[in-house]
Amino acid sequence: MSILIDAKSKVIVQGITGRTGLFHTRECKAYGTNIVGGVTPGKGGIHVDGIPVFDTMEEAVRVTGGNVSMIFVPPPGAADAILEACEAQIDLAVCITEGVPVTDMVLARQVVADSKTLLVGPNCPGLITPGVCKVGIMPGYIHKPGKIGVVSRSGTLTYEAVKQLTDAGLGQSTCVGIGGDPIIGMKFIDVLQKFNEDPDTEGVLLIGEIGGTAEEEAAEWIKEHMRKPVAAFIAGVTAPPGRRMGHAGAIISGGKGRAEDKIKALNEGGVTVATSPTGMGLAMQKALAQA
Amino acid sequence: MNIHEYQAKDILSTYDVPVPRGRVAVTAEQVEREAKKMGGHCVVKAQIYAGGRGKGGGVKVAHHPEQAREIAKEMFGRRIVTPQTGPEGLKVRRILVEEPIEVGREYYVSIALDRESSRYCLIASAEGGVDIEQVAEHSPEKIHKLLIDPYTGLRSYQARKIAQAIGLKGAVAEDCVQFMLNIFRCCIEKDCSQVEINPMVVTKTDWLLALDAKINFDDNALFRHWEYHEMQDFSQMDPLEISAAKFDLAYIKLDGDIGCMVNGAGLAMATLDVLKECGGEPANFLDVGGGANQEKVAEAFRIILQDTDVKAIFVNIFGGIMRCDVIANGIIEAASGNECSLPIVVRMDGSKVEEGKELLANSGLNVQTADFLGEGAQLIVAMLKEAEAAEDAEQ
Repeated sequence: MSILIDAKSKVIVQGITGRTGLFHTRECKAYGTNIVGGVTPGKGGIHVDGIPVFDTMEEAVRVTGGNVSMIFVPPPGAADAILEACEAQIDLAVCITEGVPVTDMVLARQVVADSKTLLVGPNCPGLITPGVCKVGIMPGYIHKPGKIGVVSRSGTLTYEAVKQLTDAGLGQSTCVGIGGDPIIGMKFIDVLQKFNEDPDTEGVLLIGEIGGTAEEEAAEWIKEHMRKPVAAFIAGVTAPPGRRMGHAGAIISGGKGRAEDKIKALNEGGVTVATSPTGMGLAMQKALAQA
Repeated sequence: MNIHEYQAKDILSTYDVPVPRGRVAVTAEQVEREAKKMGGHCVVKAQIYAGGRGKGGGVKVAHHPEQAREIAKEMFGRRIVTPQTGPEGLKVRRILVEEPIEVGREYYVSIALDRESSRYCLIASAEGGVDIEQVAEHSPEKIHKLLIDPYTGLRSYQARKIAQAIGLKGAVAEDCVQFMLNIFRCCIEKDCSQVEINPMVVTKTDWLLALDAKINFDDNALFRHWEYHEMQDFSQMDPLEISAAKFDLAYIKLDGDIGCMVNGAGLAMATLDVLKECGGEPANFLDVGGGANQEKVAEAFRIILQDTDVKAIFVNIFGGIMRCDVIANGIIEAASGNECSLPIVVRMDGSKVEEGKELLANSGLNVQTADFLGEGAQLIVAMLKEAEAAEDAEQ
């Protein structure tokens, strides 16, 4: 078992004929993901690598029965792609696109909230259920099937975390990169909730970073509701305030978003926090041992 | 993206937001001319990309044009230091000359992004003109917040409640309602991540206007506002940060001596954290992006080499799908072209790791490779110490 994606997931790729879209479609397919179709407006009717391409999501879903979408549409059209996925009543939309304007996302997120569709991202690596299904751009080979759920705001730092887990002999049930933007679909709590209910997830590793208060909110929720051991790491302990560290989400401003506050909140929530980025796997082992 | 106060006010005026009469000037003589047009009595405001100017001597009142020129001369000649600029301060290249306003009361009004609700948020307080974060910390009850529904936008009855909450009544309250609706419209249409008016003032004659204004544009939306590129004042930015931005690299100069190149912002932050833990001091934050290629890696490496504070370089690339031989070639291309003899540690993960390592080993550079993050960080700190010891021994 796993959360959000499994062997039954049928994936449609929005923006399948673009360079990045096509590259990662092939990578996912090679990993074993069941890619049933793609959407590129104006290219309906063609096939890429044997995958049928449609002009609209509505048609793609109707013909293929796809229930998950992976979005590679460039920023100007990314929010549109999310809205189209919602209207097509897809179960899960995963928006990989980086650089979606905030005003677009504020509206798109409200539409998502009012629909049956769950959104992961934007600006995220996607998600993977190791050995079964990959809907994202992460390298498959570092993952190993197992019982640890991973949820993260970061991309490559998640790869580092997963590698440490795998090296420590801890496989993963599902790894979810929720994205680094200020406005995203599923947040830590939404994913933690799923892991809490998943019988095959035994513990969770949460990777946060400076900026916002999402980790504090998660800590509060964990304290109240989480029945499984949680380990965490927060990147940016040494980051200077007032400077945007790479992506829009990661900034310490107005006395908010500091790593120390997040670590404190997590500790109070009973979470085992790794003090060093090299100790994420170890922290997970510790959390499991204490449980 | 940051812009200056005068630019923010220009934009706000097009949304019928009242602002003081003012003109921007780039020389002391121009300041004098503008002051004369204003009747001599005016406010001289340094335009810098940082708040807290008043305390740093960046806002001064002149009573006649000659005095305005003298103030301007002094401002152009130095750097303004505020809590937001860091100790080195910022150069003044532009000055706003404004008509003096007789302030009755000061308020705070802004539109900002509320991440928790994923909505824009109207924030207002009767405690204007001061550091709003202080107010938020010590007397949060004095801050009034309204989350804005993305479907309906801000409606006048909602703005009216906020105007009343900050103590405005009658015609002035209605002016404030219009004011709030207008800055919200500006925020959405101009793709701002924040519009902050601090203070909004009501004059003794009941005129309501924006005395100061700060606008930040959403970087992700720049593609649909080409006019913003011309608004940037490069004199307010670090030269290396400017050249990094040209190549779509996120670079931030820091105080240390170990140059860092990492792919992905989270991993880049974690890399700085682990360097510090090992006793090293990072010279920069540099994110080459999740899926960097040879050209980007080479460009990033060149930017690090331009920083004369850099005495050693740590590269941490978790490529995954990226090929390590490609990364290695990018590093070799940039380092060889610049005759770099600095100690370098490269930690790579991804396909073709062995080929990448071999390329580096045969490159003739002072480079070592590492398989793990902690191992790499320790190694570069050790190599730097060794190099420093060797240098001391030579002297």
